[in-house]
Amino acid sequence: MTDITASSAASAPNRERIKASLRRRQAAETRFRAFGIGSVLIAVGFVVFLFSTILHDGLPAFWQPVVTVDVFFDPEIIEVDPKPEPLEGQSAAEFQRASLDWQRQVTMVNWNRIIQNSVAREAPDVELSAREIQALIESNERYRLRDMFVVSPGLLGSTVPLELLASANVDVWLKGDIDRSLGNDRQQLPEATRILADRFYEDGRIRMAFASTLFTNTDSRNAPAEAGLLGAFIGSLYMMLIVIVLAVPIGVASAIYLEEFAPKNKITDLIEVNINNLAAVPSIVFGLLGAAVFINYFQLPLSAPLVGGLVLTLMTLPTVIIATRAALRAVPPSLRQAALGLGASKSQAVFHHVLPVTYPGILTATIIGVAQAIGETAPLLLIGMNAFVTTLPTTPLDQSTALPVQIFLWEGNENRNYFEPKTAAAIIILLAVMLVLNAIAIILRSRFERRA
Amino acid sequence: MNSLVVAALLLVLLAVSYQVGLSRSRAVATGSTLKMHSRPNYHGMMVALWCLIPAALILLAWLFFGDNIERSYTLSLLPPEVVNSDPNQLRDVLRRVEQISTGYGVVGDSQPYENAAGQALQEFRLLTFWSIVAAAAAVGIIGLLAMRARIAPRLRARNEFETIIKFLLAVCSGIAILTTVGIVASLLREALRFFTFISPIDFFFGTVWSPRFAATASGDYGQYGLLPLLWGTLMVASIAMMVAIPLGLMSAIYLAEYAPRKVRAVAKPMIEILAGIPSVIYGFFALVTLGPALSALGDMIGVPIRATSALTAGIAMGIMIIPFVSSLSDDIITQVPRAMRDGSLGMGATKSETIKRVILPAALPGIVGAFLLAVSKAFGETMIVVLAAGNAPILRFNPFDATSTVTVSIVNQLTGDTNFASPQSLVAFALGLTLFVMTLGLNVIALYVVRKYREQYE
Amino acid sequence: MMFNAPESQKMNTNAAPVAIADPKKVDLPTGFKTVRTPDPEPRPVRVHADDVCVFYGSKQALFDVSIDIPEKAVTAFIGPSGCGKSTFLRCLNRMNDTIEGARVEGKITLDGEDLYDPKLDVVELRARIGMVFQKPNPFPKTIFENVAYGPRIHGLARSKTDLEQIVVESLKKASLFNEVKDRLHEVGTGLSGGQQQRLCIARAIAVSPEVILMDEPCSALDPIATAKIEELIDELRANYTIVIVTHSMQQAARVSQRTAFFHLGILVEEGPTEMMFTSPAEKRTQDYITGRFG
Repeated sequence: MTDITASSAASAPNRERIKASLRRRQAAETRFRAFGIGSVLIAVGFVVFLFSTILHDGLPAFWQPVVTVDVFFDPEIIEVDPKPEPLEGQSAAEFQRASLDWQRQVTMVNWNRIIQNSVAREAPDVELSAREIQALIESNERYRLRDMFVVSPGLLGSTVPLELLASANVDVWLKGDIDRSLGNDRQQLPEATRILADRFYEDGRIRMAFASTLFTNTDSRNAPAEAGLLGAFIGSLYMMLIVIVLAVPIGVASAIYLEEFAPKNKITDLIEVNINNLAAVPSIVFGLLGAAVFINYFQLPLSAPLVGGLVLTLMTLPTVIIATRAALRAVPPSLRQAALGLGASKSQAVFHHVLPVTYPGILTATIIGVAQAIGETAPLLLIGMNAFVTTLPTTPLDQSTALPVQIFLWEGNENRNYFEPKTAAAIIILLAVMLVLNAIAIILRSRFERRA
Repeated sequence: MNSLVVAALLLVLLAVSYQVGLSRSRAVATGSTLKMHSRPNYHGMMVALWCLIPAALILLAWLFFGDNIERSYTLSLLPPEVVNSDPNQLRDVLRRVEQISTGYGVVGDSQPYENAAGQALQEFRLLTFWSIVAAAAAVGIIGLLAMRARIAPRLRARNEFETIIKFLLAVCSGIAILTTVGIVASLLREALRFFTFISPIDFFFGTVWSPRFAATASGDYGQYGLLPLLWGTLMVASIAMMVAIPLGLMSAIYLAEYAPRKVRAVAKPMIEILAGIPSVIYGFFALVTLGPALSALGDMIGVPIRATSALTAGIAMGIMIIPFVSSLSDDIITQVPRAMRDGSLGMGATKSETIKRVILPAALPGIVGAFLLAVSKAFGETMIVVLAAGNAPILRFNPFDATSTVTVSIVNQLTGDTNFASPQSLVAFALGLTLFVMTLGLNVIALYVVRKYREQYE
Repeated sequence: MMFNAPESQKMNTNAAPVAIADPKKVDLPTGFKTVRTPDPEPRPVRVHADDVCVFYGSKQALFDVSIDIPEKAVTAFIGPSGCGKSTFLRCLNRMNDTIEGARVEGKITLDGEDLYDPKLDVVELRARIGMVFQKPNPFPKTIFENVAYGPRIHGLARSKTDLEQIVVESLKKASLFNEVKDRLHEVGTGLSGGQQQRLCIARAIAVSPEVILMDEPCSALDPIATAKIEELIDELRANYTIVIVTHSMQQAARVSQRTAFFHLGILVEEGPTEMMFTSPAEKRTQDYITGRFG
């Protein structure tokens, strides 16, 4: 205003200087803010990009081509004795042997030939070699015919319309995962097979069916189109159960001891530091521990989910302990004092009053730990869980692999064109499992919290 | 069937003993003028423990030693010349005896001594099983009766029970210590065994990494120089840090200081999703998408970039570590008291000046701690580098070329058929020890720094 | 005496209004007229507020506050917890901008310039209207760097000696120089509470503000340190326009020339301090001053 005072006179040059600096400083401010927004956008962009890449790559692999073929169980090719029946006075072992002999005969049958002839009948106007037809159908489909026949030998001489899985190379060709303009020498399929596949696809004899094999089969090397995740899934399930059964009670118990009962002295300090450090030990070191202790010293079997589960338990334990302790620490001391003040013993106060309040926290800790364990790969490689296993593990001591390890193995498969989408599909399944775990956690959490 | 019987036995013992304790306690209480020290359910639980623990011990002992006892009993039934024959033949005989004993039968003719042994084994099994069950039940009941006799008004059953529980809790927390001891002991033991083959000097200062395959070399084990691996580890980790630190820190700053609440509520969990993704998935992403993209970019600007290189692995790892850096930094930045911000803003500082000149310097120790933890995570990361770094353990300085790390070599040396006697696989433990010491050092410093920082504002 | 109950510290840091259930609340805030008593010899007005309302989200914290703040004098804002006195103080240098969801309506001018003019840079404004907070909040830097902070960010010093001169001058004005002249390069957080608060005042003075806002500057201090700060405020009055929020009526009576009484978000009464404490025109002011509530 009009009255210029001493103080404002003194600050007048300052005001000029501040005014002069404003533009530069506001520009710096805008820049800094833009860096911040940019970083957040890049980080969020990575999430979106990662997921869209995986979905884009993996979703098509949930469908795979199947060929509708009228399969003729040709008696001229299937030359076997009648199926043996259990006889009076025959021991179980003897019957078993007779059955095995018969099955051996059935296996000796040239089932490929049956497939070849049946497919050739579907396209009578084309001249096709056995190899060219064979390339169309997944090689293990012959076992499907064999198994059908073993179950019902009456099929002999009849014609059955069947949907046979197309081979992995047909899958790649039809989905365009290989450059269709490549020359003959660089294509995985013979030219005649490619033409046949396209023709069948156009006239509907090849259709894209849901790839249920992904969920019902174990890994397979000679029949990639039939390779599935069931074995790995069961392996992971066993390990998950072991982690839940061991890591959660032990982790919660140690957390309760350290937080509520332990005297504050050098030893508990040591345990505390030790647990914090253990949480940051690289997972692969736990793999080394498993290899040296469980495999080498205790002579537990290689590739067993039991060993994997134990290793993952040790790895998850610090996470569960730290999170449970945080949950316990968050319980207001007034609750303990109230219980103790009413004459409850320390244990009663902890187990009846403090612990129930922390259930949501413990649950979250468990899920975080289990999710971390279920996605872990490196330590499992060191205890042999990267073995190629085609049988379903029936106990935790059987050979098995795990979901992330299966992903790793498929990633390394030399048939990249086929296994890249399949790996992405396996990744989608792994992420779905983790999503389900988290969803369960959220639901249970809200239940607990409502009750509390 | 057997396990069902055992489970039934344990359940029955549990139910009976608890009820006995409970009713005895009530009976004592009504028959006495004294006030009971502990409530009946504590007496019940003590009786159950006294009953179940001895019974379970007997069953466990049978679980551990039963097979051996059975085997030596079977051997005693067989003629000595069979027992002393070659192991394969003996195993075959034992299998046949086993099959006869279970009633499955064998194919073809069986030796009379096999039949006899099979029969005897079957009877022996039945006998031992039921006697073990009976013994367990008997011991359990003795324990039950002994504890029941102790029940009296003055018995401090609750305190005894709580002492047992407390002891069990303490044992559980000891497992963490045991794990560390196990890690250190097994790494040291196997690493020392490795150093009997290869001198530590050659290992720690060697510049060539080329282990021979165990099968091919009899006397020549190859060279085990650590330096190429260490260099690769450092290179990949530094690239990862160059990605993760600026992005993680700046996102944390933006979300903590600038972002409106709604943006923060969406963006923060979005970024944290990155932390929950298993590293093998980042490996896939790096191998299938990132590597080829970088390689194409290299072609465009005229720099040869390999699809699997230190750069590819480093960037993928950096992305993985972003949420780690950002959530740790976020914790630390939000711990700086609001009064600091007000003090600076109240003087006319802009927000960025406040952040750069007041908040970050105040939070510096904590942030440095967070960075160290992130570096230690990068050192120990395995799957991304296994898949995307190209596995070339050569001492070279071009980040656009393939490289290898300590963790990759551990995986390479110890997967497949593991033979714990050869330096080829033992070296994994020497590498593991190196990795363990490196990460442990970083963690100890980082945890110390972070803790000091917390104390500053508490 | 009985009014010295420390106001909830949270009040000033997040400034969320606490609704006080007051049985004496009879009239609705809207349409209320502040009772004003002018000074016997009117002083020039520096800051002028006109119908200022403040909202936090949907909650209204201040209702139509209008006041003139005279230059080279100390104006004290008094009133019970949650009455809006701190909220109004923070409006004067737009510190409410830093709170999410806060909205200010009405007009505030400094020498006739609208403080809430969108063209006005808040950085420049805060350099002219400095602020001292309830809890001493020196930065975790050296004493020298604390005082040099403002001149540095605003680019006020042309040389190193210039900067040193500003720091020494400011410390002298805050009567802290003699106590710290030997340890200028030690950490500011190592000082005693009273010294820290004087350091914060020195820090505010260093950018030569025209107005200094003080938000309960003594509430975290012991009586001796409080006395020192009050002495300092009295000295500073010669050169600066000072507004002080205080919970202590004795303090208001000791240091201020004018007093404004806030209650439930309303400026109830304002006038010369002496008059306010001896013969207030409003009943509520009377009740508060005599300790009937608050």
